[in-house]
Amino acid sequence: MTVDIRLAADTALLADAEEGHEEHHDTASIVTLGFWIYLMSDCVLFAALFATFTVLRGDTAGGPTGREIFGLPNVAIETACLLVSSFTYGMAMIAAERNRKSEVLRWLGLTLLLGLGFLSLEIREFADLVHQGFGPERSGFLSGFFTLVGTHGFHVFSGIIWMLVLMAHVAYRGLTPENRTRLMCLSLFWHFLDIIWIGVFTIVYLLGAA
Amino acid sequence: MASADVMHGNAPHGVPHGDGEAHASVRGYVTGFVLSVLLTAVPFALVMSGTVPAATAVAVAIGLAVVQMVVHLVYFLHMNRASSQSWNMAALVFTVIIVAILVIGSLWIMYNMNVNMMPGMMPVDAT
Amino acid sequence: MFGKLTMSAMPMNQPIVMGAVLFMAIGVVVVLGTITYFRFWRQLWSDWLTSVDHKRIGVMYIILAVVMLLRGFSDAIMMRSQQALASDGGAGYLPPEHFDQVFTAHGVIMIFFMAMPFIVGLMNIVVPLQIGARDVAFPYLNSFSLWMTISGAILVNLSLAVGNFARTGWLAYPPLSELHFSPDVGVDYYIWSLQVAGIGTLLGGVNMITTILKMRAPGMTMMRMPVFTWTALCTNMLIVAAFPVLTVTLGLLALDRYLGMHFFTNAAGGNPMMYVNLIWIWGHPEVYILVLPCFGVFSEVIATFSGKPLFGYTSMVYATICITVLSFTVWLHHFFTMGSGADVNAFFGITTMVIAIPTGVKIFNWLFTMYHGRVRFDTPVLWTIGFMVTFTIGGMSGVLMAVPPADFVLHNSVFLIAHFHNVIIGGVVFGCMAGYNYWFPKALGFKLDERWGKISFWCWLVGFYVAFMPLYALGLMGMTRRLDHMDNPVWHIYLMVAAAGAVVILCGILAQLVQLYVSIVNHAALKDVTGDPWNGRTLEWATASPPSFYNFAETPVVLSRDSFWDMKRRGVAFHPPVHYHRIHMPRNTGTGFILGVLGGVIGFGMIWHIWWLVLFCLLAGLAVVVAHSFDEDRAYYVPSGEVAEIEGRHFQQLMPQAGD
Repeated sequence: MTVDIRLAADTALLADAEEGHEEHHDTASIVTLGFWIYLMSDCVLFAALFATFTVLRGDTAGGPTGREIFGLPNVAIETACLLVSSFTYGMAMIAAERNRKSEVLRWLGLTLLLGLGFLSLEIREFADLVHQGFGPERSGFLSGFFTLVGTHGFHVFSGIIWMLVLMAHVAYRGLTPENRTRLMCLSLFWHFLDIIWIGVFTIVYLLGAA
Repeated sequence: MASADVMHGNAPHGVPHGDGEAHASVRGYVTGFVLSVLLTAVPFALVMSGTVPAATAVAVAIGLAVVQMVVHLVYFLHMNRASSQSWNMAALVFTVIIVAILVIGSLWIMYNMNVNMMPGMMPVDAT
Repeated sequence: MFGKLTMSAMPMNQPIVMGAVLFMAIGVVVVLGTITYFRFWRQLWSDWLTSVDHKRIGVMYIILAVVMLLRGFSDAIMMRSQQALASDGGAGYLPPEHFDQVFTAHGVIMIFFMAMPFIVGLMNIVVPLQIGARDVAFPYLNSFSLWMTISGAILVNLSLAVGNFARTGWLAYPPLSELHFSPDVGVDYYIWSLQVAGIGTLLGGVNMITTILKMRAPGMTMMRMPVFTWTALCTNMLIVAAFPVLTVTLGLLALDRYLGMHFFTNAAGGNPMMYVNLIWIWGHPEVYILVLPCFGVFSEVIATFSGKPLFGYTSMVYATICITVLSFTVWLHHFFTMGSGADVNAFFGITTMVIAIPTGVKIFNWLFTMYHGRVRFDTPVLWTIGFMVTFTIGGMSGVLMAVPPADFVLHNSVFLIAHFHNVIIGGVVFGCMAGYNYWFPKALGFKLDERWGKISFWCWLVGFYVAFMPLYALGLMGMTRRLDHMDNPVWHIYLMVAAAGAVVILCGILAQLVQLYVSIVNHAALKDVTGDPWNGRTLEWATASPPSFYNFAETPVVLSRDSFWDMKRRGVAFHPPVHYHRIHMPRNTGTGFILGVLGGVIGFGMIWHIWWLVLFCLLAGLAVVVAHSFDEDRAYYVPSGEVAEIEGRHFQQLMPQAGD
């Protein structure tokens, strides 16, 4: 049975070829798959950082433990920022589907602000810790903490830069197919960062404070 | 057969091609958002209130985190089992396997290393 | 202004190093002078440096690999001669300080800048052709990957002239590689050259996977893909899954060294064992990254030259997939002796033995492909048969060391050195050479000289055994690796034999260079006019040699495995299509080259703490990327008339042959 189907498919292919159809590949789906595969590699990168953090979490070398330095209310606000920004990005995607350029820009702008809010909270937390003498050079635990959380923060920062550039693209050229593909890729990136953040607030903060 | 000009975007704008591709809808995002809020609030509340034993809170937090990741994948990243997404899904499954091997393996190995090689330096509160 | 960089960074007081620097400088001057003399600069820029053509990028990868082979081999012969001279009371000629850099550079260069570019180059040239695609999925990214790799290679070689290289061994284990014990720039060169090249490799992996999954010709289902493409897919999956771990590991080491963190230090809660764990999570898949495409090469070669379909195609594919996943489950066997205990060691010992099974399946598949075939013993086949014998021996010594108690005796001995050279030379180098001889006519349009090819093969094969069999014996006698001086006269004779073996390998390498030279001189006689010099089976042979920049005038339709063989059988090969169509192609761009250069300069700035330079190049790189994103004129159509003209020339060449 399967053989028959395959034969039929092959015959169709041959017929197509004789008629001179040329195979074109859908650029958007190629780009998004490529970007998705890149994200998978980023996922492994974070996995290695999570593993390192977890291995070093007890190595406080006489310095503070997580329980002593983590302020969960702050983390809750950071989490809220990212979660809402995931939602607003979703709204931008829907606006794009409805071909509403200025709406897309507004939602992206809101997402950007939420991202900035998240970043400023994180930077303040880091600055406070360093100020108290609990910088990354204090202990293995703090090295792991700053690096894991900081790498996520750096990704958010990159996402913000990207979003600025993309807003310029959309404002300048409108919702062209190319820009839609870019919107899709940044969407994957932004939601992916939110998923990583679930890992961060659970493994680093909640487990550290529990 | 894709028509020759797909690259240049004569396809209807934003309308997902094929039946399998991501259907983004306001409803989907709202559902995902509400679920995520719940799945975030519960572990935060458990840990911050300190009403349950730490071990329980940890287990619940990890469990809910996994659930929330799936929620995000489904409602925000629109992962599903449609054929147009099969490579994305395959890549994700492969990655999850690798990540699991990497993390679990590292923790297992390093725990044993620390026990055997640095017995005096094991953290006192192992939880 | 220049960070840590001062004139004293030049090792003026070391005659051997300065000799090497001088030699390299002369080489660079000769190359640049030749380019200028032949007024080749403009063409070099427009046809090569800015090229996004996967075939040219592949060729440049392989040129890099060959140059680095020479560099890495000169390190090897220095080590062999030093050990031969310094094992019988002599002092040798390399002070420990220099010897340590030599063995570190040898490992780093051979793995990252010889083997990796070679296989990446082969995949680049062959995979799009085998799947009937016009190019890779992301041609610009491909160019960027190439130039990042080259920048990394330049950084390593720069360390010879400016500063020094790591003295830590090729994986730079802490705490030795930490700032406290390696305060100079050696380890920083190591870190940044690998980070720069690693980014290129990772993105190249993303590119290749997307290409294979999305750009196959109509009708080419997964189970109709040529085996080389299958192995390329699996290798790139490994690259994408493993290289981020290397990035993290080296990144954390850099944070320790630059920002005083405590990941792998001895103090303040750092854990050096975690580094060893992490780097081998990358390191073990890495050896399969190298060898899987070589398995693919052997599969193609053996099927073509036996005139038979590959025996057990399906089992070959599944064996490859099994190896892909299993390669992530064995990493602890590199550090059995670190002390994780009996249960952990037993687990990883067993997984290591398990991974030998799919590899064994492959060996039998190749043997059965040859069985009852009419095997033609051209150079690629010699490399393949040499591989089968050599790799089996190396694999068995590996399974031996997979037994943890045996490993406790053999760990860090030269037995281990013999083992991994046995599999890497026998597997990867032989595979690269088989692929080089096999696909050379496809890439450049003429065959390589057979006589010198065979001389080279026999020198390599004999030289390998003479050089490394004594090391097995020495390892069992207790000689550890990386020794600069020895006081054991019993070892001396073995080391003399090993050094003689290295000289025989040198003859093999020289024979290869002669082969290349002779072939270029005689290229008219060796010309491949049919595009199918070996009576091949897969799609890359269905187009001209070298293929025109768009690969196929008409995208081929695939009806079976070995699709070109099938076309020949059906009598539809070598026929021009009824009419031609315009072809959509990417434009060349300098973006990848510029970004690669900036990447290299960022690495240099990081090594020497020249922060303004780093910042400036980062911003410049960002500006280039953003500017490139606004450039929408990145592709063009080749008019059908031009296609018809190019193809017409090819078929005209073909006609006399077809008439015979």
